[in-house]
Amino acid sequence: MATEILMPALSPTMEEGTLAKWLVKEGDTVSAGDIIAEIETDKATMEFEAVDEGVIGKLLVAEGTEGVKVNTPIAVIGEEGEDMSTAEAQAESAPAPAALETSEGRADPAPANGSTPAQAAAPKPDQTPDWPEGTAMKTQTVREALRDAMAEEMRRDDSVFVMGEEVAEYQGAYKVTQGLLDEFGAKRVIDTPITEHGFAGLGVGAAFGGLRPIVEFMTFNFAMQAMDHIVNSAAKTLYMSGGQMGAPMVFRGPNGAAARVGAQHSQDYAAWYASIPGLKVVQPYSAADAKGLLKTAIRDPNPVIFLENEILYGRSFEVPDLEDFTIPFGKAKIWREGTDVTIVSFGIGMTYALAAADELAKDGIEAEVIDLRTLRPIDYDTVIASVMKTNRCVTVEEGFPVGSIGNHLSAYIMQNAFDHLDAPVINCTGKDVPMPYAANLEKHALTSVPEVVAAVRQVTYR
Amino acid sequence: MPPRKTAAKEGSATPNVSADELKHYYREMLLIRRFEEKAGQLYGMGLIGGFCHLYIGQEAVVVGLEAAAEEGDKRVTSYRDHGHMLACGMDPKGVMAELTGREGGYSKGKGGSMHMFSKEKHFYGGHGIVAAQVPIGAGLAFADKYLGNDRVTFAYFGDGAANQGQVAETYNMAQLWDLPCIFVIENNQYAMGTSVQRATKSPDFWERGAAYGIKGEAVDGMDVLAVKAAGEKAVAHCRAGKGPYILEVMTYRYRGHSMSDPAKYRTREEVQEMREKRDAIEHVRQMLLTGGHASEEDLKKIDKEIKEIVNEAAEFSKESPEPHLDELWTDIYADAAPQNA
Repeated sequence: MATEILMPALSPTMEEGTLAKWLVKEGDTVSAGDIIAEIETDKATMEFEAVDEGVIGKLLVAEGTEGVKVNTPIAVIGEEGEDMSTAEAQAESAPAPAALETSEGRADPAPANGSTPAQAAAPKPDQTPDWPEGTAMKTQTVREALRDAMAEEMRRDDSVFVMGEEVAEYQGAYKVTQGLLDEFGAKRVIDTPITEHGFAGLGVGAAFGGLRPIVEFMTFNFAMQAMDHIVNSAAKTLYMSGGQMGAPMVFRGPNGAAARVGAQHSQDYAAWYASIPGLKVVQPYSAADAKGLLKTAIRDPNPVIFLENEILYGRSFEVPDLEDFTIPFGKAKIWREGTDVTIVSFGIGMTYALAAADELAKDGIEAEVIDLRTLRPIDYDTVIASVMKTNRCVTVEEGFPVGSIGNHLSAYIMQNAFDHLDAPVINCTGKDVPMPYAANLEKHALTSVPEVVAAVRQVTYR
Repeated sequence: MPPRKTAAKEGSATPNVSADELKHYYREMLLIRRFEEKAGQLYGMGLIGGFCHLYIGQEAVVVGLEAAAEEGDKRVTSYRDHGHMLACGMDPKGVMAELTGREGGYSKGKGGSMHMFSKEKHFYGGHGIVAAQVPIGAGLAFADKYLGNDRVTFAYFGDGAANQGQVAETYNMAQLWDLPCIFVIENNQYAMGTSVQRATKSPDFWERGAAYGIKGEAVDGMDVLAVKAAGEKAVAHCRAGKGPYILEVMTYRYRGHSMSDPAKYRTREEVQEMREKRDAIEHVRQMLLTGGHASEEDLKKIDKEIKEIVNEAAEFSKESPEPHLDELWTDIYADAAPQNA
């Protein structure tokens, strides 16, 4: 039976083109793959090949014709020996193939928060205790808490392993993996060559293959070399596979400024990772949170970015003395209740927030201090409920100001609690400069307790 | 341009192959070619959008290597992935419907030509970033070694990807840890529009493994039996716990890099010569006919069957509905709905 040859789309954007030249004539026999015409697209001149074998019955569009719309019949092709005199009529009666007409005018099924009307639903903050009241506590550094979290989860699940630079024999560049090699052996605690791009990708493959990798970056600065695998390979695969497979794994290591290590080793990536759908992002402050959240991260069936901080590693906190406890993602912690202003922070930013709150209390300003703990998901409800109470908000983080977590929260608060605000939200952040080396300059490049205090005075008009 | 260097002698039929096996390879290669021709046609009709990289010309590579694989072995490749999916037994309907972005596609229409997966067939994508699949392949092999089974992983990549830094990183780790990974360099001689000669002064890609202590060889990728034989050798090496192996398979893509590539970087004569003198499907066809293993009639019957399978896939890919709009918000997290949904 005769079939039509249609004007092809030869690029993702082509809508019409010029039929520059016919390379066959009526009556020619062609086989699949033979070049039959040259077509000029919006980008280039392309050769157009026959898909079926047969005899060219009729050329419907003359060469040199411009503006031939995609899917216009340009020729008729029939089987050998077929009477082609009626081919044109037959072909014309065939229905034109339907183009995808539904690509425009889609209704958005579920509006993102960007289009949520202000004052939507009343916030329902979950402020249940993280562990039962009366639980015995012990003092531990963040470093020890992280190590214990990994060791407990490795005992619990054989598919969990740790890989990274100096994690095994050296006992960790920052001693976070101390003792793990002794307990779990070289099969599960693996020193890698210095090859972040490669071992991050290898870790993603191991996660696809059924394991639960913990990939340690000596610092997250070096994870920039691995960014493609974190974002393109780990975060997007579940979606791209229609839910068939994803990367249950943890990328962890110190993040943000340490001290006097210069621009390339001092950057907070919280906002970068928090912008990626498919990742979960954690940045703990206390040892108890570090432990409970890392255990949750290792059990989570998604890729989790776990941002630690070198300066906090040695800080001691009270940690519940429980055999097994976890802290859920998306649940902020209120460190200090207050009525005059809400200070929202996370990670090492909490050191500024809490110190500022102490300072302010001396002048009778009672700040409510919220530690977000996880940045994706983020506990909007606890923030909004607090802002509805205090009517003022200051955010604190060490990252760069543009596109910061504070920026995002400000927008969210504006859209969801606008009528409750008595002052614009202020974001205290690192300065918009690469981190300098000189001690005095470095101090000024970070945010500070006086800056947070000043911001609170500004929003409280006191 | 003929393949530069081959391990197997040209035209040397491996003795230990049955007529049925030969017919099977013919069938598999033909399926890929007809499927890809149909995909090109649907692209021309606007039913397939975006990027679409066809595998026409390279069919013997995956068919030969799949013949060397066993159940449970894994494979991962680049964005030129339709052939790999068909060769490992994925349903042509599901693949074609993914190309048209429909609900019936392997990724429910959310992946497209470059991003398809099948847990059931141990196909781990479908990766759109050049060479990203190489460390991922080594990671799959790492998982098998960790779990203590004797499966192997085929990590396919092109001559363009072979110049990426992460390939070198992966070679180093794979050999260091004796990972059962076969690195298959599909050298089709052009990285998009840049010929191998214009991209490197070290064009024998398989030899780069020597820098890391990895064994390998170059193979005639237009000869499915030569590919199969080399694949069996590589698989035996990996299964025996001897670490990774590199196969540089010399092949040729007849079509442009993607559908919108006018392919002005090579002559029409060069392409025609490969098609006419070195075509892998024609090679097997002649073996079948001259060896008396199949008649013209037998082969016509196979052609007809394949045409029907491909037409059914095309029909399915047009009839399957577009994904429901709710699908926008699913499969972002394995355990929960995304927060901003």
